Amino acid sequence: MAIHTLAVLVENSPGVLARVASLFSRRGYNIDSLAVGPTENPKVSRMTIVLNLEGHALDQVSAQLFKLVNVIGISEMKDSDSLKREILLVKVANTAAAKEVVKKHGAVIADEGGKTISIEAVGQSSAIESLLADLKAHGIRELVQSGLVGLERGDSTLADRTLSTMGTANESDPNSSTADYQN
Amino acid sequence: MSKMNGAQSLVNALEAAGVDVMFGIPGGAILPAYDPIFDSKIRHILVRHEQGAGHAATGYAQATGRVGVCIATSGPGATNLVTPLADAQMDSVPIVAITGQVPSAAIGTDAFQEADIRGVTMPVTKHNYLITDPDDIPRAIAEAFHIASTGRPGAVLVDIAKDALQKETTFNYPKNVSLAGYNPVVEPKSEAIRDAAALITQSKKPVLYVGGGIIKANAAKELMQLAEITGAPVVTTLMARGAFPDSHPQHLGMPGMHGTVAAVTALQKADLLITLGARFDDRVTGKLSTFAPNAKIIHADIDPAEIGKNRHADVAIIGDLKNILRALNPATKAALAKSHPDLTPWLTETYGWRSKFPLGYDKPSDGSVSPQYVIERIGKISGPDTIFTAGVGQHQMWASQFIGYEKPRTWLNSGGLGTMGYAVPAAMGAKVGAPDTTVWAIDGDGCFQMTNQELVTCALNNIPIKVAVINNESLGMVRQWQTLFYNQRYSNTDLHSKRIPDFKLLAEAMGCVGLRCERPEDVDKTIEAAMAINDRPVVVDFNVHRDAMVWPMVAAGTSNDDITVARSMAPVWDSQEL
Repeated sequence: MAIHTLAVLVENSPGVLARVASLFSRRGYNIDSLAVGPTENPKVSRMTIVLNLEGHALDQVSAQLFKLVNVIGISEMKDSDSLKREILLVKVANTAAAKEVVKKHGAVIADEGGKTISIEAVGQSSAIESLLADLKAHGIRELVQSGLVGLERGDSTLADRTLSTMGTANESDPNSSTADYQN
Repeated sequence: MSKMNGAQSLVNALEAAGVDVMFGIPGGAILPAYDPIFDSKIRHILVRHEQGAGHAATGYAQATGRVGVCIATSGPGATNLVTPLADAQMDSVPIVAITGQVPSAAIGTDAFQEADIRGVTMPVTKHNYLITDPDDIPRAIAEAFHIASTGRPGAVLVDIAKDALQKETTFNYPKNVSLAGYNPVVEPKSEAIRDAAALITQSKKPVLYVGGGIIKANAAKELMQLAEITGAPVVTTLMARGAFPDSHPQHLGMPGMHGTVAAVTALQKADLLITLGARFDDRVTGKLSTFAPNAKIIHADIDPAEIGKNRHADVAIIGDLKNILRALNPATKAALAKSHPDLTPWLTETYGWRSKFPLGYDKPSDGSVSPQYVIERIGKISGPDTIFTAGVGQHQMWASQFIGYEKPRTWLNSGGLGTMGYAVPAAMGAKVGAPDTTVWAIDGDGCFQMTNQELVTCALNNIPIKVAVINNESLGMVRQWQTLFYNQRYSNTDLHSKRIPDFKLLAEAMGCVGLRCERPEDVDKTIEAAMAINDRPVVVDFNVHRDAMVWPMVAAGTSNDDITVARSMAPVWDSQEL
C-alpha cells in the first residue's frame, strides 16, 4: 500500500471534477480523499487528491491525469515539503470528560447543545486520528471530515513548480502551462 | 461584424476548420444547424444510422490523415455515436462529432430526446464540450479540431444546445488555439535519442516493433531509413499494417495472437525492442510477464502515459515519431559507424523462422471455397494501391495476414475496440476521402448484418465501394474459440446466413450489384467482375467453408512461447533454436 498526495491545478470549467473522477474510476485507481476548491485565480481550481496506489505507479497515474485537457499542472505533495491539513467536525455527548479531551487536543467547541457538543478540529491526519481515537470512548454521535488539503512549504508555489517534479509528465515544457496559467 | 445565429456560426466554423465532408442525420435538437448546412460548401452525406456516420468519419480520417466529422441530433442520435467514438479513441483516430442538445433551459429535466452525451462520452473521448452560449461555438470547434488532430489523435465531441444554435451571435474564429492544460510534446529530448542509439549499438538481437503511430505520424519513410540503418528485422502490428512494405526482406509480418511465428518468436527472443508508436497491447504481448523476457525496451511514443503502462521502458522517447526518427536515424547511423554488432546470426535465425513457418492454410477437402484463398485473391487482383477495410473476427485476421500491404493508410480496421460492423461504413468514409482509389470492405457475414444499411447511402451518393462478405454462416471467431475451448458446443454462433438473408438480393435491394461465388474455380472471375463495376457499390457473397480457423494462434492469457501453428500443434523447432 502506498499513499500519495497530489495537488492538481485544473481549469475551473463545468464537468472537470467528473472527468477526474471518471478517469480514476475507469483505470481502477483508489481515491482516499479528494478536496476541490477555488484558487487565487478565478479560472483555476485546485484539487488535493489522496491516492492509495496498489499496483499502480504514481508516474502512470500522473501521466494519465495530465492527459485530461482541463488539467493544467500536477505536483506530488510530499510530507517533507508540504503542509497538509484536514478539518473534522464531530458531535459527542456533552460531558466534562469529553471537554477535557477537546482541551487536551487543542480543538474547539464550536457549538454546545443540551446533550451534545460539536467539536471543530483542524490539523494533520495523525492529529485528527488521535483526537478521534480519544473521543470514541465518549460516544461519537456523528462526524464529518473534509478531504485533505495541501500547500507547498517555503517560498515556492505550485504555479511555479507545477509539472517539474513529476515523472513522465515533466516531458512537457513546464513553462508553457504555468505561463498560461499565470496570465 | 455581421450578426448571424449560432447555427450559421457553427457551419462557418466547420468551414474555417477545413471540413469538406461530414456524415450525419438531422433531428430535432440539431435541426437549426441543418438549415445553413443546406447552403454550405461542405458536402453532407445523409447516412442511415448514426453509427455509420461515426465509422465513416473514422474511415475517412484513417484513409486521408485529416479529421473526420460526423453530426447527429440529441438523445438517441448522440448515443448511437458512442460506439464509433470509443472505436476512434481507442485506435487514436482524429474525429470530431457534433451533436445537438435539448435547449439549455430543458437540460436536466429529462426532456424529450435528452441524453447527457457529454457525461456519457467522457470516458471514450479525448475531450468533449457542452456549449450553451452561441458565442462559444467557434472557439469550441477550433479547439475540438486542434485536440483531435494533434498529440495522440483521438475523438472529440461538441454537444450544442438547440437554443445556442438559434440565438444571435457574431462569428469570430480564433486564429490560434492555446490551451493551458494541453501542450503535447513533439520534439524528443536529445538525451533520449542518444541513449536509444547507444542501446541499438549494443544489441545483437534487435527488432523494430512498429505500431500504428508510424502511420499517424506519416513517418513510414523515416521508418524505412531506420530499418535500413539498423538492418534489424521489422514487425508491424495490426494497426501498423502498411507502415512497412510486406515485400521488404526485413519484414517478419504481424506479431500477436494471430501473428506469424517469425514475428512472435523474434519478439520473444530479442534482446532489444525498438518500439515505435506501439502500446504493448495484450493482443501483442500475450501473457505480459512472459513477453520478450530478455529484451531491453526503447519506447518511442507521442503519449507519455503509454510509457511504462504495460512494460517498463529502458529508454523512453516522447515526441512526434517523425521528429523522433529524424533525430534517431542520424544518431543511430553515427553510433553504428563506430560499433556495429554483427546481426548475421540473428537475421539467419529470424529469417529461418519466416521461411520455415510461413502463413498458410489448408484447402477444404470437400471442394468448398477456402476463406483465406478468397481474401488472398482479392489482395492479388486488386493490388497494393487498394484501400482495404475489415470488420472484426476471422475475416479481419485473414485480411491482415493474406493481403500484402505495401503502403500506409491502405489497411483500415478496428484494432483496439474490436467493433463488429466497422467495415462497410469505414469503407464508405475511405472512398469519400479517396474517390479515385479502389476500396474493398472485407467483411464477415456477422459484421455485415450489423451495418450494411450504409450501402443505401453509398448507392445514393455515388460511393462505389466493393464489399466481400466472407460468408461462413457463423460468428466465425467465436465459433473457433468454441471449437478450441468449449468442446465444440456452438452456442449461438450459427447465423444461417447462406440461407437467410440472401445477400445478393439484399445488395440489389439496396441499389448495389449483388454477386455470389460458391466454387473455388469461380473466385477469380467473380473478383474480376466486381473490379469491373465502378458506377455502383458491389457486394459479393463468398460462400466459404465454415470450419476454417485462424492460425497461428496464441491463446488468450497464455505466453507467446506457446504459439500454435495449427490445432494442438506447436512449431517444430530445430533443437538449436530453443
